[in-house]
Parts: sequence; C-alpha cells; structure tokens
Amino acid sequence: MAQVKIHTFDAVIVGAGGAGLMAALYASRSANVAVLSKLYPTRSHTGAAQGGIGAALANMEEDSWEWHSYDTVKGSDYLADQDAVDVLTKEAINTVVELEHMGLPFDRFPNGKISQRRFGGHMSKTTGRPVMRACHAADRTGHMILQTLYQQCIKNEVNFFDEFHVVDLIRVDDTVRGVVAIEIATGEFHIFHSKAVMFATGGWGRVWEVTSNAHSLTGDGPAIALRRGIPLQDMEFFQFHPTGIFKLGILITEGVRGEGGVLINGEGERFMGVRGYAPNVKDLASRDVVSRAIYLEIKAGRGINGQKYVHLDVTPETVNRYYEEDGEDRRIDRAYIEAKLPDIADFTRTYLGVDPVTEPMPVQPTAHYGMGGIPTDVHGRVLLDAQKNPLPGFYAAGEVACVSVHGANRLGTNSLTDLVVFGKLAGKDMANYCQTAELLPLPDGAADDVMAEFDRIRNSGGGVKTYEVRNKMQVSMTENVSVFRTEETMKQALEDLEALRDEYQKVEIQDKGKVFNSDILEAWELGCLLDTAEVTTVSGLARTESRGAHARDDYTERDDENWLMHTLYYKEGDGYRLDYKPVTLGRYEPKPRVY
Amino acid sequence: MQAQLRIRRYNPEKDTSGYWGEYTLNNINPNDSVLDLLHRVKWEIDGTLALRRSCAHGVCGSDAFRINGTNMLACKTLVSRLGAGETVKIQVEPILGLRVIKDLIVDMEPFMNHYKSVLPYFINDEAAPENGRERLQSQEDRARFDDTTKCILCAACTTSCPSFWANERYIGPAAIVNAHRFIFDSRDQAPEKRLAVVGDTFGVWRCRTNFNCTNACPREIEITKAIAEVKKVLATGEI
Ligand SMILES: Cc1cc2nc3c(=O)[nH]c(=O)nc-3n(C[C@H](O)[C@H](O)[C@H](O)COP(=O)(O)OP(=O)(O)OC[C@H]3O[C@@H](n4cnc5c(N)ncnc54)[C@H](O)[C@@H]3O)c2cc1C
Ligand code: SF4
Ligand code: FES
Repeated sequence: MAQVKIHTFDAVIVGAGGAGLMAALYASRSANVAVLSKLYPTRSHTGAAQGGIGAALANMEEDSWEWHSYDTVKGSDYLADQDAVDVLTKEAINTVVELEHMGLPFDRFPNGKISQRRFGGHMSKTTGRPVMRACHAADRTGHMILQTLYQQCIKNEVNFFDEFHVVDLIRVDDTVRGVVAIEIATGEFHIFHSKAVMFATGGWGRVWEVTSNAHSLTGDGPAIALRRGIPLQDMEFFQFHPTGIFKLGILITEGVRGEGGVLINGEGERFMGVRGYAPNVKDLASRDVVSRAIYLEIKAGRGINGQKYVHLDVTPETVNRYYEEDGEDRRIDRAYIEAKLPDIADFTRTYLGVDPVTEPMPVQPTAHYGMGGIPTDVHGRVLLDAQKNPLPGFYAAGEVACVSVHGANRLGTNSLTDLVVFGKLAGKDMANYCQTAELLPLPDGAADDVMAEFDRIRNSGGGVKTYEVRNKMQVSMTENVSVFRTEETMKQALEDLEALRDEYQKVEIQDKGKVFNSDILEAWELGCLLDTAEVTTVSGLARTESRGAHARDDYTERDDENWLMHTLYYKEGDGYRLDYKPVTLGRYEPKPRVY
Repeated sequence: MQAQLRIRRYNPEKDTSGYWGEYTLNNINPNDSVLDLLHRVKWEIDGTLALRRSCAHGVCGSDAFRINGTNMLACKTLVSRLGAGETVKIQVEPILGLRVIKDLIVDMEPFMNHYKSVLPYFINDEAAPENGRERLQSQEDRARFDDTTKCILCAACTTSCPSFWANERYIGPAAIVNAHRFIFDSRDQAPEKRLAVVGDTFGVWRCRTNFNCTNACPREIEITKAIAEVKKVLATGEI
C-alpha cells in the first residue's frame, strides 16, 4: 500500500458549512481541532441559503420561543422530539444575537434592531396570522452566516484542510479513531488520527433530478456512517421545496411569499386559498402542504398553459391587490423588491429572462432538504440505537444530523437555526469530551478498505459512465420517490436502484492520475448517492402512512397509533435492518394539521 | 445549436505545457450555461477535464474562468450571452495571474492570503449591550457597506486587474472590497488597522481605476467605487 500521511488532532470536523464552522469556533477554544472540507469553506452550500434564520426576537411584533416551538412541532407533523425543539427555539434567540455580535450584517428595522420577515408556518398566537420571525440579510442570509463564521475562524486561527475529501471513518468497536481523507490537489491519502470526529457534511439533494442543492451535496457523510454500522434516521422524510425555478430547481425563497408573493395556477386562481389547501394562511402554509398543492394543481391540468409549473407572483401590482383584499395596510413597490430580494431578481433575470418586478416566475417543487440523517442528541452525540446509546467521540451537526427537530417536515428558517444552535452545542460537547478522552491507537491498515475501493474504481473496466448511472437514479427517484409516493412506485425505485448498483460496479473512469482527479471522486460520490437513495426508499416503503413530506397515495392518513416513531435503518452485510424508536412528546399532543 | 469549445488544458502529470483542447457539442440550448457545457465535455467526452464548481447558480464562487477573454462565472454565463446562430464559439481558460494546477484549476492560496491580510473579520472588543441583545445599527449605517457584503471570493476581479498581473503582491480588488465591508461598518472598531494595510505600497494606490474588476464581478459589486471610497478615507482621515 502506498504511503499514507498521518496527522494527529484532538478532534476532526468534516465539513465547513454553517454547522462545521460554528462547531469549529467553539471546539477550538480548548481543543486542537482540524476542519476538513472537500470545498473551500466559503463554497459550502450554507452560502446559498436565502430567506432567513428563525428566532423569536420579537423585534417588530409579539413573539415567543414557545410559539416557535409549537410551530416547529406542528410543521414537523408531530414527529419532532419536543425536548430538542425547545432547545432549538430557546437557544435560537441567544445564538442569533451572538451572530450579530460576531459582526453579521443583518438588515435592520427603522429602530435599528435586526429585521425580521414572515415565513411559512410561523404564526402569531395572538393574531392567528403569520408572524415576523425570520431574521435576514436581504435574500442572502446564508451567505452572511457562512462568511461571518469563516471570518471568525480566520480571526481565531482555526486549522483548515481545504479541499480534503473525507472518504472513511475509522471506527474500532464502539470507539472512533479518526478519518481517512484524500488531498484533492495531490491525490494522496491522509489519516487524521483523533479522539473525536464530527460530521457536518450537509445534505444529499443530488439524489433527485431537480434540486436546489449544489453538485457537491452527495450524501458522503450519511453513506460513510452507514458503512461503519451507524444507523440513519427518518430518511424517508425529504423536503421538496414548493418554489424552485421551473426545470432548473434553483431555489426561490419562501421569503418571496413572506414579502407578499402569491402562487397562481393556470386559471389565474390563488389556489392555496381558493382551492382550500390552506384557507387560513394560504401561501404561507408549511412546505409539504404547498408542494403537494402545486403537484395536485399540475396533475389536475391547472399548471400554467397546462404545463408542469405554476406562477409565483411578487409584482407589486398583484401583491398590493391581495394585501388590500386581506385588509392589510402594507404596500410594496419596485424599490422594496430590489432591496429585499436582490438575488432572486438576479437569478430569474439571468436564468429565465424574467423580471420579477413586472412578471410572475414559473416554479415547481424542487428537492431541497433532508430531515433525516445521522441520529444525535442535542449535544450532537451520535446515537447508535433505539435505546439512544451513543458512539462515544462521534458527533454530527447540521443538515446531516437528525436531532430530530424537523421531524417529518422542516419549517423554513429552521435549518440555519439548527446549524448554529446545534453546531455550537456539539462543538462545546466535543471539546469537553477531548479533555478527558484518550487518543486511542490507530488500527493497522486503517485506510486499507477505502483505498481498496478506490483501486477498484480506478481499475474497473465496464465502460459505463458515472453520469449515466447518476442520471438514471435521479430520474427514477424523481418519478417514484418525490412529493407523492406509493408502494408501487417505491418498489419500482428499489428495482431500478438494484440494477443501477450492478451498473455502478461497471463504471469506468478515464482519469487515472492523482492531481485533482474529480473523475474518480465523482464516481465514489455516486456510490454515496446510491446508498442514500436506497435508504430513503426502503424507509419510505416500510412506513405505511402519510406524514409531513412522506405523502403516500395508498396510505393517505397520518397514523399516530402505529407510526408515531422514528425510523432507524442499519446496513447489514448486503442487506439491511429497520428498527424504530419512540418520538419524545411534550406540551403538544398530536392533532390534525390545518393551515 | 452547436457549440465549438476551446478549453485550455494542462495536466501536470503528463504535459510540459498547456494546450487547447477542442470539443464540439451538438444539441445545445441558448439557455445552457457554460458550466452545463463543461459538464457535458467532462461527463460525455473527457473525464480528465478538471474544474471547480459547486452551487451551479452563481453564489459559491467556484467557477470563475476567462470565457471568451473576459472573467465570468461559468454557471452564470448562458450560451445566449456569448453568441447566437447555428454555431457558437466558446473559449474557456483559467483566470490569469494565479498558478495553474490542472486545466481550469488555479492555486487560490495567494488570493486568499491577500484577502486574509486585510483582517477580514469583525473587531469590536467592547462589551455587548447589557440587555443581552443585538447592537443597534441604523438602516443608513447598514446601507453604507451593503454592496461589499455580497462578495463570494471568486477572484474574477483580482485576476482581471492589470495592476495585479504586473505585480502579484498587489492585494487586489477583492481584498479591498472586503476591507471596505468592515471599514464602513459603524459597529467595527479597527478601521485604522485595515487602513494601514490597504494604504500600504501594495494597497489601493496600485489601482489605476480601469474598471476591469467592476465589469468582471458576478455579484455586480461596484468595486471601483468601493476602492475610491477607501482612498478617500485614506486621504481625508474621515470615514
Ligand atoms: C438554496 C437553498 C436555500 C436555503 N435557504 C434557507 C433559509 O433561508 N433558511 C434556512 O434555515 N435554511 C435554508 N436552507 C437550508 C440550509 O441552508 C442548509 O440545510 C444548511 O445550510 C446546511 O448546512 P451544513 O453546515 O449542514 O452543510 P453545508 O453548508 O452544505 O456544508 C457541507 C460541508 O461539508 C463538506 N463536505 C461534504 N462532504 C464532504 C466530504 N466527503 N469530505 C469533506 N468535506 C465534505 C462540504 O465541503 C461543506 O463544507 C436553504 C438551502 C438551500 C439549498
Ligand atoms: S468582489 Fe466580486 S469579483 Fe471580486 S471576488 Fe468578490 S464577488 Fe468575485
Ligand atoms: S458553481 Fe457556484 S458560483 Fe458557479
């Protein structure tokens, strides 16, 4: 075996998005930490987040963390763990303030406080209407969070290993000993030997064809964990955001509707209200509800010109007309849109030639966010089973983790909150762990398994191309496991995935070199995508109910009697095993969801 | 529609110098981005082609290349912007002034080091407000540096600047943009430290206001204006 370079740290954080950077800031205070990222940190997809970060600051109107908790639990279709949700919503307030103290340039209200806007599913108990809870910086809130955290990491001299692609976790029985990574610029394998490891690798939206997610979001973290015997939780719940740009999937933030934008079908109806999907809050219902409504409108032939999209209209003319109809005093104009939604305007002008100030935007649901992931507690500690036994020293935070605060459907703005709140708690806990934990020896040949897999890919000669397999997977998952699914479609997906697994073995790459060999890395990532697609489908097929983002045409009702529990998927040899763990309830008893 | 692509190629493990690779793609669409085309080359024709990319919609800053002679993000540049008719000719090469590692990939470290040299992080050691809440800032104060908060560190500006090409020690427009973001933030307390860096021999005075940077910026930041504002502070001592 070739030479493997070995580095030693107290802790290794994999991923430099919002979650990884927040954890790094905290963990680095007392521990010697390395942050590994396959992208330059500022290229992480947190930078794409647009609309806002949720916290009940009550800067413009009455609000409370309890209301935020209730909305989150209701949004989750009661699958979220309510104790964890309380931590999220309480800590949100301090943590958003802390971001401001780090210099984050939030927009401001005239009184100088952080500006907040409305978002789907966030409600005022007093008025019964949407509440202004989404703290934002124009429509580039994620960009500002990512930049601010990275800047603070520079200030605090955090150790970065940029463009290091992590490909394995070193686990020996119930301990972790580090990770194996490829230095992309040289193709060399490195071992990072450590007492603790955190995965903060983000999402896996590239499983689907139309997605808001970056090319890099290939589910590496969940796939590696799975291969090392760690279960994945609630993977059947994947959010389809209602408003992606038609065909491209680029996200149009819910903030557009928060600023008054409305959804219109081919018959010119504001269908969320008129067609009874959400008579009360209409366009600001939670995402699963709106995505299903769009899907059903299109299916009923009420897309625009019978096509597979509807319109999202934020032109001042339309918005003001509906404000007037709804008895609201607010009015908006061109300057307001340009100031509050500059990036959205730029996207639609660039990619569609559509000016949102004068024309509606064509939108369709887009694969967006994984509610499931690696199971953790509120301190980011990874849990191995239904009894919540931890794998000491292994942590996860951010989108890759399932705490679970999002349950079956995440509310908008709650992911950014999740990143910083649980990134912080996990970073702190990991640093504490490193104070007392010992550095356990590396096992012999710690990198051998994954190096063998890379040799296999490098030398495989079946003539199949990575993108062909990936496209087929994306098409099948979009057909069969998206906004709606049934037993039949999910079985079809599993059949397709099995065939694709065989094809995957025949993938033949062209680049046999070492320097920046993205050919081989893309092939390896495809293996991760196939794993996550499979877990999603198997978990979904087993769950014979509809809940949140998991909407089945053959089991249309939520079934609390049998299914108020989290799915755990374990890989076992070539097969799998499913287990279930109870949901932690609290103040809020499951009830039917009406918006 | 057909695209005739010329892509600058260089593989350090094989080639002694760079060369142009030529590729023809059929059935392209005016709405395809240059990144879509590069992906087609990489995925369908030559898997060895190396480029950075991630978000595919102009927000991560990975794919600034020199496209038909001008710096742009590949994912934000549609074919329709480069030509019409049956055949479009598109030339893609790495941004200039940074060492080429492989094909379209350059060494970003010198660029990042210039960025880091301006202390691109918030500095305010005063105690936070006693009520445990955010510092206040007026909308007017916030607006002063709004434009320069948009930077995604793509390097399109710095690598289009003749002053940077002439002397790589010039910190370049991107670093100045990021210094501006803090110098003009009413909450920040260390403008003089940054002004010392940008006012140095390799700072703003190297700027000859030729506007390449402003034209190159995919985030439409008015870079030359920001540089002028920093120069003015240096000249007058007033922020
Ligand atoms: C377009 C868009 C808009 C959004 N808007 C909002 C919003 O307004 N509000 C909200 O709350 N949420 C929003 N979200 C959701 C939210 O932005 C994401 O869930 C969140 O940013 C994920 O952050 P993260 O830190 O977990 O991962 P990411 O930011 O995706 O970072 C992942 C990191 O892991 C690294 N990585 C991955 N795999 C490997 C590997 N194998 N080896 C080494 N490194 C690896 C990457 O390099 C990267 O640094 C939005 C999402 C999208 C896509
Ligand atoms: S200022 Fe513009 S061109 Fe320069 S690095 Fe920033 S985003 Fe890129
Ligand atoms: S791929 Fe992100 S800016 Fe082009």
